[in-house]
Amino acid sequence: MEKYKHINLTVASSPHVVGEINTTRIMATVMIGLIPSLMVSVFVFGARAVFLTLVCVIACVAFEHLFKKAIKQESTVSDLSAVVTGLLLAFNLPVSMPYWQAVIGCFVAIVIVKQLFGGIGQNFANPAVTARIVLLVSFATPMTTWPTAARIFTSADAVSGATPLGIFARHEFDSLPSNLDMFLGTVGGSMGETSAAALLIGGAFLIYKKIISPAIPVSFLGTMAIYSMLAGVDPVFQIFAGGAVIGAFFMATDYSTSPITTNGKIIFGIGCGILTMTIRLFGSYPEGVSFAILLMNIVTPHIDALSGRKLYGGGVR
Amino acid sequence: MKLFKKHLHGISVEHSKNTMNDTTETMPVPDMVYISMSQHIGAPCKPLVVAGDEVTVGQKLGDSDSPVSAPIHSSVSGTVVSIDEIMSSLGTMDKTVVIKTDKRQTPYPEIQIPKTETREEFVRAVRESGLVGLGGAAFPTHVKYNPKNIDQVKTLIVNGAECEPFITSDYRTMMEDSQDIIDGIALIMRHLHMDRCYIGIEENKPEAIKNLSRLTENSQEISIVRLNSKFPKGAERVLIYETTGKVLAPGKLPADIGVIVSNITSIAFLGQYFRTGMPLINKRITVDGNAVSTPKNVLAPIGTQIFEIINFCGGYKKIPKKIIMGGPMMGRTIYHDGKPLIKNNNAILAFDETQSYMPKETACINCGSCTRVCPLHLMPTAIARAYKQDDIDGLKRLKVSICMECGCCSYVCPAKKQLSMISRLAKAKVKEAEQSGKI
Repeated sequence: MEKYKHINLTVASSPHVVGEINTTRIMATVMIGLIPSLMVSVFVFGARAVFLTLVCVIACVAFEHLFKKAIKQESTVSDLSAVVTGLLLAFNLPVSMPYWQAVIGCFVAIVIVKQLFGGIGQNFANPAVTARIVLLVSFATPMTTWPTAARIFTSADAVSGATPLGIFARHEFDSLPSNLDMFLGTVGGSMGETSAAALLIGGAFLIYKKIISPAIPVSFLGTMAIYSMLAGVDPVFQIFAGGAVIGAFFMATDYSTSPITTNGKIIFGIGCGILTMTIRLFGSYPEGVSFAILLMNIVTPHIDALSGRKLYGGGVR
Repeated sequence: MKLFKKHLHGISVEHSKNTMNDTTETMPVPDMVYISMSQHIGAPCKPLVVAGDEVTVGQKLGDSDSPVSAPIHSSVSGTVVSIDEIMSSLGTMDKTVVIKTDKRQTPYPEIQIPKTETREEFVRAVRESGLVGLGGAAFPTHVKYNPKNIDQVKTLIVNGAECEPFITSDYRTMMEDSQDIIDGIALIMRHLHMDRCYIGIEENKPEAIKNLSRLTENSQEISIVRLNSKFPKGAERVLIYETTGKVLAPGKLPADIGVIVSNITSIAFLGQYFRTGMPLINKRITVDGNAVSTPKNVLAPIGTQIFEIINFCGGYKKIPKKIIMGGPMMGRTIYHDGKPLIKNNNAILAFDETQSYMPKETACINCGSCTRVCPLHLMPTAIARAYKQDDIDGLKRLKVSICMECGCCSYVCPAKKQLSMISRLAKAKVKEAEQSGKI
């Protein structure tokens, strides 16, 4: 046996260095991307926007922690994904939503959609999107009672009004808000989705930080624009109205529930765009983004299996 | 020259080339050397000496009849103490000639400068030099230079990428032995009747590019290719693509598409061998890592124990936790620091507790980063899934066999999954299934 100075050194498989990025950092970056929208919604809808957001975030984190404790696994709240779900769910609710109903939404998102399917990365449907749909069919009145933005500046009580898409669905085209109002977000709607400008800033930040690829947002919104033009409606209005921008940048891009390859992402985005516009123009609901994303979530494994990736040296997986 | 050149993917790693400007120091001969009989891919050598024999520098210690093997020479003069079985960094037990040195470094009397005219003579001389691929693969060079279709092989690609962090030994070769490199290229091109040579160097080594450009400016055949500094530019398939644009299909050898790739240090050694006749007996290695007092480039006799080399670099400044033979992306760890230096080692990195810390694995979030960075367009998460399910057909369809274990997927994974290790295990699983005839 040869002599040595140090023994019992760590034996490990290469690589022996890894990058800085981890799940917590990704989720923290997404949270930063949502800050502009939160600021606009507080400005437009008042302090209750902050309280509703806090309720959703705290409820989501608590449900995740308690569930993990109940099944005797290490808590995963430090990866911040529950915080992101809470933020997104809050942004999808009218600001006047009763807190207890919002908490039920958080339970659906975290426990039923995410944890029962195996936790982060394993869920097949986007938690916030699914929870929003469950709330919409369970509590139809509070989920479609929209405090109008303009009223908030004049009175303390929220007065219900209609969203631009609601007005559009009723064919009251004369009372539609201007595209500029919708771009800035001073219109009725879910608290975090009204301001296209704030969401675009956040989305651009995520693309710049390479957290999301532009493939899904561009194909999603691009398809919506083309569909609108073919159907003879205003594409700018359709993109800025409802949840299209928040959906395209923050919810359809959810890693777990969207395809991996760029080709797959484009197919996914086109599917979301077509479904959204079909529901908006021909369905009985005025808004179709969350249904579109959920339906495309379900076919994501098939898109992944079918969208080829050219391997080096020939052959397609 | 193509206007829009497509690059293969890769990752930006911190270069950490701390020893770049340190001129190589030759270390004194240690008291004992341990020369392994298995320092290459292929059949191990049989020892030609027995305990008690006197040996001299450059004397052949081991050789093999197998076509894929390379002889091994003594790096010191002294007395053979014993022939032991020692575990290598791969975990195999190798016959090892243990020599007590006399410090006189008497050269082997029969050493002579090789004189070669024909290709056959050249290939034989390369074999006698004991040269193996010094970039890390350790494939016997004489086998590589003697493919079946040698008449169709017209291009030599010299690998000076040195894309691994920390390692600067190839860079020092380019700075200190540049004439040997040029001589080596000329020898290979003349004997193997080649008409084109590309030297690929990463752009983070501007001085080396300048140095070699100056020496090749009057040459029509040799051109220097500036590679962008994305790991792993020095991997064979990646380098062939980046220099010639050719794609090497799975299961093919570079010679099948008309190229031969050699590491720049191997080439420099050939230049030197045809100048002095001294076979491969010592190696320039980078010694670095935060547990080492004075990181530097060292010229050490093959068979020197790692702790002796670290002692020459001022010893340990902190307690080492992990010692890597090679770079941090693809190098192998060793169990204790008494392991001997072998031919294809180009670096020794000694990391302390903090530097060897690896974060804990968390759940995969399906982000697809691994798939995006894979230079060969593989899908590491899909491979991991197929591996877990014992899906051999799936693994073959995913072409795991071409994975070069570069480690990019593990490096970028936000969940800190050891994807590179899983692919390595998956490759072994496929090989095992193929050998046992299951498929």
